[in-house]
Amino acid sequence: MSRLGTITRRSFLVVSAAVVGGVAFGYYKYQQDPANPLTPAKGETIFNPWVIVRTDGVTVITPRAEMGQGVQTTLAALVAEEMDLAWDQVRAEHGPASSAYTNFVAAGASLPFIDYRDSRMKHLAEGAMDVMGKFLGIQATGGSTSTVDAFVRMRQAGAAARYVLVQAAAKRLRQNPMALKTEGGAVVAPDGTRLSYSELAAEAVGIAPPSEPKLKDPKAWTLLGKSLPRLDMVAKATGTAAFGIDTRLPGMLFASVRANPALGGKMQHVDATAAKAMPEVKAVVDLGDAVAVVATNTWAAFKALQTVQVTWGPAPYPETTDAIFAEIAKAFDAAPHGTLRDDGNVDTALAGAKVVTSEYRVPYLAHATMEPMNAAALLKDGALTVWAPNQAPTVIRDKCAAAVGVAADKVTVHTTFLGGGFGRRAEFDYAVQAAKLAKALPGTPVLLTWRREEDMTHDFFRPGAIARMQGVVGPDGPVALKAAVAAPSVLASQGKRLLGMAPPGPDKILVEGFYDQPYGIPNYRVAGHVSDVAVPVGSWRSVGNSHNAFFQECFLDELAHEAGLDPVAMRLKLMGKESAVAARVVETAADMANWGTPAPTGRARGMAFCWSFGTPTAEIIEISQSDAGIKLEKMWIVQDVGIALDPRNIEAQMTSGAIFGLTAAIQGEITFARGAVEQQNFSDYDGLRMPQIPLFETRILQTNPHLSGVGEPATPPAAPALANAVFALTGKRIRALPLNKVVTFAT
Amino acid sequence: MRLSVNGTPHDVSADPGTPLLWVLRDVIGLTGTKYGCGVGLCGACTVHVNGQPTRSCSITLGDLDGAQITTIEGIGTPEHLAVIQQAWIDNQVAQCGYCQSGQIMSAVALLAATKTPTDSDIDAAMDGNLCRCGTYPRIRAAIHDAAKRLQGA
Repeated sequence: MSRLGTITRRSFLVVSAAVVGGVAFGYYKYQQDPANPLTPAKGETIFNPWVIVRTDGVTVITPRAEMGQGVQTTLAALVAEEMDLAWDQVRAEHGPASSAYTNFVAAGASLPFIDYRDSRMKHLAEGAMDVMGKFLGIQATGGSTSTVDAFVRMRQAGAAARYVLVQAAAKRLRQNPMALKTEGGAVVAPDGTRLSYSELAAEAVGIAPPSEPKLKDPKAWTLLGKSLPRLDMVAKATGTAAFGIDTRLPGMLFASVRANPALGGKMQHVDATAAKAMPEVKAVVDLGDAVAVVATNTWAAFKALQTVQVTWGPAPYPETTDAIFAEIAKAFDAAPHGTLRDDGNVDTALAGAKVVTSEYRVPYLAHATMEPMNAAALLKDGALTVWAPNQAPTVIRDKCAAAVGVAADKVTVHTTFLGGGFGRRAEFDYAVQAAKLAKALPGTPVLLTWRREEDMTHDFFRPGAIARMQGVVGPDGPVALKAAVAAPSVLASQGKRLLGMAPPGPDKILVEGFYDQPYGIPNYRVAGHVSDVAVPVGSWRSVGNSHNAFFQECFLDELAHEAGLDPVAMRLKLMGKESAVAARVVETAADMANWGTPAPTGRARGMAFCWSFGTPTAEIIEISQSDAGIKLEKMWIVQDVGIALDPRNIEAQMTSGAIFGLTAAIQGEITFARGAVEQQNFSDYDGLRMPQIPLFETRILQTNPHLSGVGEPATPPAAPALANAVFALTGKRIRALPLNKVVTFAT
Repeated sequence: MRLSVNGTPHDVSADPGTPLLWVLRDVIGLTGTKYGCGVGLCGACTVHVNGQPTRSCSITLGDLDGAQITTIEGIGTPEHLAVIQQAWIDNQVAQCGYCQSGQIMSAVALLAATKTPTDSDIDAAMDGNLCRCGTYPRIRAAIHDAAKRLQGA
């Protein structure tokens, strides 16, 4: 703890008073400052940045990106619960880009706290979160933070709206507000008189709500804690949900783009003579680092773009995968960027002992969202409108404003549904390209759609990473674990793009999922080495946890095997004094999977654990050998989320996250040749298909003392659980992903 | 070129080499059918051509004169849901939702051919439809559910 405190004090900037002042997560601050960004349409009344009362119900502004995780439904339920709305009266919208919707919890997520022993909220309250003051104004969806960030704020927004509506009813009915109840979107008087929120709204709007509106006792919840029908489900089952790629405006033209396959290399020469001669082509636009064709339909733009001859400059990084990894490995030779865990004395413990030594590595990975990158934009009368499926609307606004040369307040961002995000849409490249096209064709709306091949080859990838580990294990379990992880820094790569600088302080993301695990290994050191390989890297579902859980959980399996210990029992012992919550998660999974009894003949099991984004997760997978290859039979997943706001939706994220992790573990790999990404489409970078999926059994626990997110935590344990199962089945200890380079899986 | 889309005739004058996907999306304006890969790998663009499930990215306008096309918009609407769509909603299948039009079109074709599909029938019919969110367990449940409802109807 003291060491952690030292790092925090030394490395981070001065704390902002607004954040420490005790109202940071309250509703009041946000209602006062910044201003409410919403303007009412006819028949609407707006109470605060989250609540719009319409004549036929309530629209809740859910300012986090709906990219599949069900966030609109859960955030809307926070407001609806406090307003006593009937669920069929509720609608959700993304709302505008505004600092009113800043994600404060995400801003603190890059801090080197250890969640299982120092609660996230405590750290934030201590003021340690102002790591990057500039990040504070960002409205972003990521880090599995949406519900945590909204949990108090959006309930207070609902409670404040309810308060003023009740006051208005009391005034009209000349009754004591204490005597009035609310239900089904109406205020109800003791005599049964019902006044709907719609009819009260105009009278309520001038009434000041209390600064800290009283919240319901969770025991009285009727929506929260229940599995609600998702608000987006009907639209998504009927093809009527509008994704970015579905944006249609009168007179719209359709565009596509090609950037240098050597990522970040220059565009030296463009010859678009053939494209310009095609009848459907309306314009060829030089975007500086990419060339775009604008045409009457997307297919024509794709086709014309293929005829453009471009001379590309070289990549600013080594040309091949092997050379890139050799460069990453060099980072081990330099002093660590940070040593975020250093318990006991690992060097003394290793000296003279029998040491197990292993090196692990993981490849670069693409996000490969189902909806390829796209955005639409229109520049008209000096104002820019952008339609983008995105995870960071205020970033989109500011970057597009800068690219086009208009003030940020002249930019309107419409956040559409996202056809997958996984971190890819926290970037802004696609939207800036669309904005530049709008500038080239003022007055004409342009929809830019990337070909799948452009999407696959121009990602901000999950970085390749290498871990070197040494361990000593005795009859009671590991006594020493010394680990060093080397990888390019996601935080630095994103920081440079967003702010023009790498954030200060140790790189927590590089070692998250490793240094912060609830293992009481007496001599335990985790160091991070940052490589400056310039392949663009970004947040990929679970970020650093995605590789570190694989490294640590497989190595612990090795140590268990070395000492003849049961991997579950060994972990429970390590967790003993550290975290009862973590131990409960592992025990529950082991019980569900009958870990204590041998797997059926021809089958084997593997387990792994990771505490990420505040959520401890244990996964056990059972696999079998078939003639067609290894088959995934069944997976058990247990999470402790503190408070399960919507169990069915959480379950969906558990299986989704696990499938995402299994996909990458089995077959995910981005490789480079001549500086370009080799994988082009789902032919060489596929996702698992229905026949490859195991059966799932999930359980949600609620003993963790704080609410935590669910979008990412099921991903990290999937790869190590599977790799450990493969070892149990085949005796092959695979230390480099993807697994299908060594063993065959049934398809 | 003359096409029938969801029972409505359309005279389309585009390059005959244009894939049906882009005719539907950019010319006719039916955006429920999605672009995912452009080469028939992901199934997001699945429609029915003369009753057969077809990847609309891989069949061109020139080959479709007189064809009867059904898209997700022709299966049902939010006001008038088809049985399969109701099953999708009741099982809360979709996450990001982008692949779901294609998934439903493949499921409709499966249930038209096989009234009571087994898990392996479903696996075989749905293998060509990729879902990066991993909604497969609920897709399978919704198809079984829809099959039961259609049998009962």
